[in-house]
Amino acid sequence: MAQAAEVVKTTYQGQMHLLQKDIMGRYYERLTRCAEQGDGKAVYMMISGNPVELALAFDLIPVYPEINALQLAVKKVCLPFIQKAEEMGYSMDNCAYVKADVGMFHSGRKTPFATIPLPSLILCNYVGCNVYLQWFEHLAEYSQGNLYNLDIPFLHGEFDEPSAADITYVVRQLEEVIEAMERLTGKKLDWAKFKRIVAISGETGELWAKIKALTQKTPSPFDAYFDSVTMMAPLYCLRGTEEGLKFFETALKEMEEKVELGMGPLPEERFRFVIEGPPPWPYLRQFRDLFSKWGAVAVASTYSTVGGLWEFGFKHDPNHPLESIAAHMLKWNLTNRSFLQRYEQIHRYIKEWHADALVIHSVKSCRLFSAGQGDMREHFTKDLGIPTLLVESDIEDPRYFSEAQMKNRIDAFFESLEHQKMLRESAPKGDAR
Amino acid sequence: MAIDKLIAEYKEILDESPLEPAAKWKANHPGSKVVGCYPVYTPVELIHAVGMLPIGIIGGGNRIEIAHADSRFQSFICSIVKSTLELGLTGKLNFVDGMVFHSICDPARNLGSVFKRNFPQMMIEYIHFPQNMKSRSTPDYLTAEYNRLKKSYETLSGKTATDEDLRRSILLYNEQRKLLRELYHIRKETPQNLSTAESYVLMRIGTLIPVEEHIAILKEALVELRKRDEKPKDRIKVILEGSFCEQPPLELIEGLEAAGCYILDDDFLIGWRWFVEDIPTDGDPVRNLARAYIDQSVYSGVKHDSRQPKSKHLVDRVRETGASAVLFLAAKFCEPALFDYALYRQALEKEAIPHLALEFEEKMWIFDKSRSEVETFVESMLFD
Ligand code: SF4
Ligand code: SF4
Repeated sequence: MAQAAEVVKTTYQGQMHLLQKDIMGRYYERLTRCAEQGDGKAVYMMISGNPVELALAFDLIPVYPEINALQLAVKKVCLPFIQKAEEMGYSMDNCAYVKADVGMFHSGRKTPFATIPLPSLILCNYVGCNVYLQWFEHLAEYSQGNLYNLDIPFLHGEFDEPSAADITYVVRQLEEVIEAMERLTGKKLDWAKFKRIVAISGETGELWAKIKALTQKTPSPFDAYFDSVTMMAPLYCLRGTEEGLKFFETALKEMEEKVELGMGPLPEERFRFVIEGPPPWPYLRQFRDLFSKWGAVAVASTYSTVGGLWEFGFKHDPNHPLESIAAHMLKWNLTNRSFLQRYEQIHRYIKEWHADALVIHSVKSCRLFSAGQGDMREHFTKDLGIPTLLVESDIEDPRYFSEAQMKNRIDAFFESLEHQKMLRESAPKGDAR
Repeated sequence: MAIDKLIAEYKEILDESPLEPAAKWKANHPGSKVVGCYPVYTPVELIHAVGMLPIGIIGGGNRIEIAHADSRFQSFICSIVKSTLELGLTGKLNFVDGMVFHSICDPARNLGSVFKRNFPQMMIEYIHFPQNMKSRSTPDYLTAEYNRLKKSYETLSGKTATDEDLRRSILLYNEQRKLLRELYHIRKETPQNLSTAESYVLMRIGTLIPVEEHIAILKEALVELRKRDEKPKDRIKVILEGSFCEQPPLELIEGLEAAGCYILDDDFLIGWRWFVEDIPTDGDPVRNLARAYIDQSVYSGVKHDSRQPKSKHLVDRVRETGASAVLFLAAKFCEPALFDYALYRQALEKEAIPHLALEFEEKMWIFDKSRSEVETFVESMLFD
């Protein structure tokens, strides 16, 4: 039986993966055409809550330095770029996403997946991460490009809700972004087209939310960390396009079929966990295997919400396009929420996605995620009694991944979970689940 | 009091029991409240205007043993985050009624959350400072943010701040900042008459006592300092940059000077002297405070003003003061400072301004290495 599941698994995942490869390939071809043949104008943006809908309405090409850095790590070519940046004066202790990108920028912007175009507009949507500001400040200096800091007030105050002043501030800035894009393209904003794009984003987000709800099922039809990242690329690079929407329709259908068939990513689901923190991109496969061998499946992940929290009820509204883009950036993504809101998010996942444990992957580069995760562990183990494992490596820098150490920690953790599970199951009035 | 004695006395307080003056003040003022301000900048006027005492909670210095906080914040986080939490976890902040954190970096922001969870009796505030200085709507935003903060402090103190109260506070802090600018002026013009370590002590003590008292201290000190007439030593003149948040140990500052530097200007405690000129007092005081942040404040590693590159500010400062080099002194793991360094370095090299980059930790005990690096650097410049 285990074998049969394996076979079916690959065919099913194959469809989604093939489609993903295909559309992402086309996205990168477009970047290369822009860079090498001057076809179109590029706007640099960050992932976490952005107004890509505006960029698309002006036919600008969105470029995401974060995604490029990520791809460099996945393709295992990031280290020389990181080192190049360190030679330029960047510190060992700076976020390696930035270093990989800066190193690549100063190496002719050539990567194995695309040539990255120079920016016509550097739109720093400052949503949560303070490093963004410096990253784009530096790119603006290197490219002598036109920089706009789109400042998004962090969610704070008594109710952790954006205030009326916050919303107005963001909408006014979006209007200035429109002016900047009009100047750049020499075109007026086509509001009808813009609203159509916002509507597509709304539908895409809704499909994504439906897909993510499926991992509440047992067994979970896919891994909400390792498989989610496959879906995150089109969500971020192609949100607001027909192609992106189609991808999510296909993905939802596939995942629903898997639920029908009671199929999961592993032959047997023995543990369900929630994972916090970004993945170690250079060692994604190795990291995944360390969990798979225990039959452990991630049923929810905070990382998959850096670009949006659609699963908690957000949807872009074409009738209020600027306000809903503002809401997306202010409230409906992980990065602009406080650390304590993240505790709540994780706790909600544990309850509603029926998880046995929390795994925290603490990465050095990304202090937005990691600073204070020891306190998080304290809260989940001591206050809530949830088994919690904290392991450390990096999101980008391959020098920080120690497989042997990682393996020991993960093995010890699941051994003890298994032991507890056995005790529970052999107890007379054990919990059935 | 002779100036040397005065400074020695404050130095001892800072050395032995830095938070004591504030704790004492509170004990002597029953019913009053104290608000701790994490670096870099806080509009302290909003706290002062409702009768509370704003003080700087700027880490634990080198006298604190980190025993609890390092299980909450990882090894790759700067020490001020951990030592500040340690102060809280060991009960040293029990007299503090509120803390305020700001959008300076991700660790400081998360620290605010960790404070909120661990110290529920404290009122934790967070200020999101605008990072878009060019938008037409930025002044409105920051005014609204300050008004929100003002309400929050009115709730904490149980008092309302009228415009007159706020103006009075602005005037007081204007005066304090002006006196601090005068201290820095002495260092710039006649560094032999006032060492950086001395001016640091005179400034730092002001983060722990009522502004009225600090003004009196500064006035007295300035009178005395103006009488000094030392002979310049054979030292190089430098600008120090990068210590805007976590503060280096005083011994390290002394070491840098002894190694042969006159530090003409620096960014120590920069938030406590944030403005280049007085904040106007006519019109809406809250808006004036907001406007001052946007248009009258100095550059810093945590204020990303795309109107002008930070490296240009640094180079200009070198030229204006007549310094011949830059000491870049960053807290270990301080990302904003370390990112700035990459651009500073490129700009300084382009302008052929020599520089030396050093890292420090607040709980550092051994300075020999930094000192000998500076000595070598100074020698290379003196005999060039
Ligand atoms: S700190 Fe984290 S969110 Fe910020 S740029 Fe680096 S990896 Fe991205
Ligand atoms: S020293 Fe640097 S990294 Fe640490 S809290 Fe201050 S600004 Fe943030």
